[in-house]
Amino acid sequence: MAKELWKGNEAIAEAALRAGVEAYFGYPITPQTELLEYMAREIPKYPGRVFLQAESELAAVNMVYGAACAGVRVLSSSSSPGISLMTEGLSYIAGTEVPAVLVDIMRGGPGLGNIMPSQGDYFQMTKALGHGDFHPIVLAPSTVQEAVDLTYGAFELAETYRTVVVILADGAIGQMMEPVVMPPARPVMTEQERADWALRGAKDRERRILTSLHLSAEGLERMNQGLQNKLARIQQKELRWQETMTDDADLLLVAFGTAGRVCTSVVSAARRAGLKVGLLRPISLWPFPEQRLVELAERVQQILVVEMNAGQMVLDVKAAVAGRAPVHFYGRMGGVVPLPDEISAQIDKLVSEPAGGTGFKTGSNNGYGQPKAMPAANGVRA
Amino acid sequence: MTPIALADYDVVYRRPDALTDVQTHYCPGCTHGLIHRLIGEVIDELGIRENTICVAPVGCAVFAYNYFNVDGCEAPHGRAPAMATGIKRVIPDRVVFTYQGDGDLAAIGTNEIIHAAGRGEDLTVIFVNNANYGMTGGQMAPTTLAGQVTTSSPYGRDVDLVGMPMRVAELISTIPGASYVVRRSVHNVANINKTKAAIKTAFQVQMAGLGLSMVEVLSSCPTNWHMSADGALKWIEDAMIPVYPLGDYRVADAVEPLTKRRRPDRSQNGSLATIPEE
Amino acid sequence: MQQEIVFSGFGGQGALFAGQLLAYAGMDNDKHVTWIPSYGPEMRGGTANCTVVVADEPIGSPLVRHPSAVIALNLPSVDKYEALVKPGGLLIYNSSQVDRPIYRTDMQVIPVPANDISQEETSAVTGDSGDARLANVVMLGTLVQATGILPLEAIEAALEAHLPQRHMRWLEPNKIALRRGAALAVPEAA
Repeated sequence: MAKELWKGNEAIAEAALRAGVEAYFGYPITPQTELLEYMAREIPKYPGRVFLQAESELAAVNMVYGAACAGVRVLSSSSSPGISLMTEGLSYIAGTEVPAVLVDIMRGGPGLGNIMPSQGDYFQMTKALGHGDFHPIVLAPSTVQEAVDLTYGAFELAETYRTVVVILADGAIGQMMEPVVMPPARPVMTEQERADWALRGAKDRERRILTSLHLSAEGLERMNQGLQNKLARIQQKELRWQETMTDDADLLLVAFGTAGRVCTSVVSAARRAGLKVGLLRPISLWPFPEQRLVELAERVQQILVVEMNAGQMVLDVKAAVAGRAPVHFYGRMGGVVPLPDEISAQIDKLVSEPAGGTGFKTGSNNGYGQPKAMPAANGVRA
Repeated sequence: MTPIALADYDVVYRRPDALTDVQTHYCPGCTHGLIHRLIGEVIDELGIRENTICVAPVGCAVFAYNYFNVDGCEAPHGRAPAMATGIKRVIPDRVVFTYQGDGDLAAIGTNEIIHAAGRGEDLTVIFVNNANYGMTGGQMAPTTLAGQVTTSSPYGRDVDLVGMPMRVAELISTIPGASYVVRRSVHNVANINKTKAAIKTAFQVQMAGLGLSMVEVLSSCPTNWHMSADGALKWIEDAMIPVYPLGDYRVADAVEPLTKRRRPDRSQNGSLATIPEE
Repeated sequence: MQQEIVFSGFGGQGALFAGQLLAYAGMDNDKHVTWIPSYGPEMRGGTANCTVVVADEPIGSPLVRHPSAVIALNLPSVDKYEALVKPGGLLIYNSSQVDRPIYRTDMQVIPVPANDISQEETSAVTGDSGDARLANVVMLGTLVQATGILPLEAIEAALEAHLPQRHMRWLEPNKIALRRGAALAVPEAA
């Protein structure tokens, strides 16, 4: 397949179409609007598939809920303030255990904030996407190609676990263009392939009910226990991350999405300067690659978490590391993308002011040459 | 004594196939169950039970999916028209109806019902107006009458503070995508029959792909109104109908042939009427 | 090797499209490329800019503080980016629109009368006094020639592949504009 230059938002939409998405419901909001516009333009070319611009994100997410109950592959997309509005419906979707895929092209907050790239939705996505005990699967791409691949696989993931899968990107990924190899187009589900819980009309079978309502305490606890068991399976099976030069790293960067890719530049620069810096880039933010972080924390001198927010993922890093190594944080807010030089400056500071008396080792072996900028992923499951 | 041979009798009354054989949770004297039965009969008569999907609301009818013998789901509060839109759009050959109360549809869900109507979604909406929030114990709803005492308007609805009761059928009837919008009541047998006829028409409108159909049904809530079952029915007639006149608020030309309307009979209160003049 | 080029101008001057041409050409020549626009409120009628990174290795940050080259189509762009070009880098500015001196001496500076060249070439097509629509491609030609980032033919191929169909009658004028820009790729100061 030839490479084509794709804008992130449009590439995600195309990947969803190729994955056999049958319905898209959304509402315009910068910086994800090109995704909705692409669907408006392309879906009518596929007979039987549905595009509908809803009157609000609230309506959009409930249209998704309805279509998901009917057993079709369904997508919505929005950006941070719109996601806030969707959380009610997402909680119902989680409680009803129907599959849906949601794209969040994050922008600066809180409030109306701005439309610049941000990672301020980490908490909302991984911890609090609505009331009650649930987590969606949250996947954070750092390139347009990765956004395509994760979106393409998201529907099966959603169906396997009957859960919400979130593609969590930011305005930079949504707006930038990069070369992409598109996956092959898959046909939509046949009637025979529909899930055995889907509402399609009670013809020649018992009626089906999809609800998140369980009035008795014991009944709801049972339901929740099942949900938690499912989430535990996801935590075991669906961890994704990528490592860059972690094998001998003394200082470990941890960053996701756009901040993660910026950090690959930082690793390259540090290695040229003889500093043993490596990068762990979580791709699945929920489930969080906690165990791998524990292993790395045993080996490195210190950890620097870089985010485009005031420090959200860093709490998960600290919880996993649990004192095995000092955890530092560098973040930019308001839509400012941290650039390699300022992160490098943080590293220099940490190296020159070793924390807790643990000397940060500058590379005595300077024979690294050009680092492999993107080595084979250690933790990536395709 | 000779045993009764049932085979010798005609069945004149039975549970519709479209209703399940369970006891409802509705209060004694409440007319929700009666409206359920009318819907069940209509689904049976139209032969659409295996093709119908029910979207239940939040409110007294939250368990409606337990009572209809059709595929069902339960929407977030007020969002039933959006959820039903999602279902109907992806399986347009199925019949999808929502069953919503006045808090659900006329307060928290106004956006969703207005835009579903605006798009002309082929949905049927059964809107049950009992002038209060029943499930949560009788609070003031947008449809609560002026001066009506509820737990959140303990001194009576003060229209200077919270405005006049909202007339939903009238409101929705102004939207071109809503092709059949009527108000009915179930306070007596004649009106129950008219309500059933309207519900049937509403489903037929959807099956013909003519846009959104909505039947507002004035319904009793003896528990929260603190009335007897009889008294509640009389209150519908005496207090509600003057504020919420029964009638056909919008019958699109294309719908007209489906209605088989009788001549308006103005001899008694609560009869079919044309759109009342304010 | 990695180069980062900022294309900046008023909305409508074609800064974003010129950047895309470079990105397409880079991709088609097996380079790693990123193209990222500023998409703030300024995209509605104000200045528009994009950053293109062309590299032999996978690209980490798609944004840089100090680009290796800047194409400034108007005065605000010169004002904004003169100070930001990497020392030893390249500033190409539209001398048809910018009449102030460039103060920095630690980088290459190439003035290009891009509007004037565009007017000559467009008037040859339209028969009237012409317009500035080719200014972006003129300056892209200068950039490509001055940096050696890609062969000029790669940009021509990108033009052939990506010029919108409705503008195909402008293909040849674009190619001429590209060459005329390339001919100006002689640094004014080093």
